Amino acid sequence: MILLWQLFVSYLKIGFFGFGGGYAMLSLIQNEVVVQHQWLTNAQFADIVAISQITPGPIAINSATYVGYTVGLETGYAWCGVLGSAIATLAVCLPSLTLMILVAQFFLKLKNNRLVEGAMRGMRPVVIGMIAAAALLLIFPHSTEPDEQNFIDAWSWVLFGGVFIGSWRKVNPILLIVLSAAAGILIYHVFGL
Amino acid sequence: MMERLRTIFLSFFKIGLFTFGGGYAMIPLIEREVIDNRHWIERREFLDLLTLAQSVPGPISLNTSVFVGYKMRGLRGAAAALLGIVVPSFVIILIIALFFADIRHNPVVDAAFKGMRPAVVALIIGPVISLARGMHWSMFFIIAAAALAVWGLGWSPIWVLVAGAAGGIAWELAVAPRIGKHKNSPKA
Repeated sequence: MILLWQLFVSYLKIGFFGFGGGYAMLSLIQNEVVVQHQWLTNAQFADIVAISQITPGPIAINSATYVGYTVGLETGYAWCGVLGSAIATLAVCLPSLTLMILVAQFFLKLKNNRLVEGAMRGMRPVVIGMIAAAALLLIFPHSTEPDEQNFIDAWSWVLFGGVFIGSWRKVNPILLIVLSAAAGILIYHVFGL
Repeated sequence: MMERLRTIFLSFFKIGLFTFGGGYAMIPLIEREVIDNRHWIERREFLDLLTLAQSVPGPISLNTSVFVGYKMRGLRGAAAALLGIVVPSFVIILIIALFFADIRHNPVVDAAFKGMRPAVVALIIGPVISLARGMHWSMFFIIAAAALAVWGLGWSPIWVLVAGAAGGIAWELAVAPRIGKHKNSPKA
């Protein structure tokens, strides 16, 4: 029960402070799920980001559903997993729903408000820094445990470089993920390098 | 009347089902559905709405749907739109989660994920560079400080965000009027 409550609070926080949406929310999710509560390892977190890329929907929702299921399952029963995913998904949506409706009422007044404008401006570079922090933590985790590592050998860096160039050239990210999965199977399974 | 709620739900269900990658990838689909197909909202209003959806926390696609739904049918409309956009990803991820525990130790799946993990990091770094490129050089110190505070010092991203907002407000109130121009605003 306490676990499900913590899950609800964590995803409520993620939803409430998720300025910038999408990738900008990664750092918040990572902080709650990997750093604070250790519900997922750093590598499992990278896995759910990868799954998010190749399935429809915003990453915040995808991660909420997945983490909710994983955490719910820890309480013992399979149906708790489904309950956990429903709780986390609801929690991450609640701030959007309430804030968006509230703001819709005062939109015209807020639009040119200097305080709001200043806050938005101040947060913009910070949000970029947070995305960078999420990437840095994925590359250099705080822990040295093997199952926390996303970069395991030189091949990891080769794949990283290839995908980076691909995304720079505007290759579809889904294609890039699928290609890197195929490369992973070739490198680590077929050739056993 | 009930027909209308169902239409809202189905429209956003379709958007939720077909947008991979989330976020900005969803915008053109939402645009086509609510402006061109359904004529629920004017194009100009939609642009204002995007600004609004970006300044409210939460996934931008979620915020946009809530607003359109709310405009159509109030609270129920907002709920219908929200459900529509969330249900497809919820169901798909739940199915994956149900089976993933069993297959993740399969050597082929394990090898595939070993390949995907560095790829994901590369996909995250791309936007950092493209977002930062449009900014004034002095912003790089703030970007670097925020990154180091969260990654290196282990600060909560929430506090770093709050500090950024406070700094922006302080600048707007104290410095901007005196130098008679706005802070070199990023175009991100």
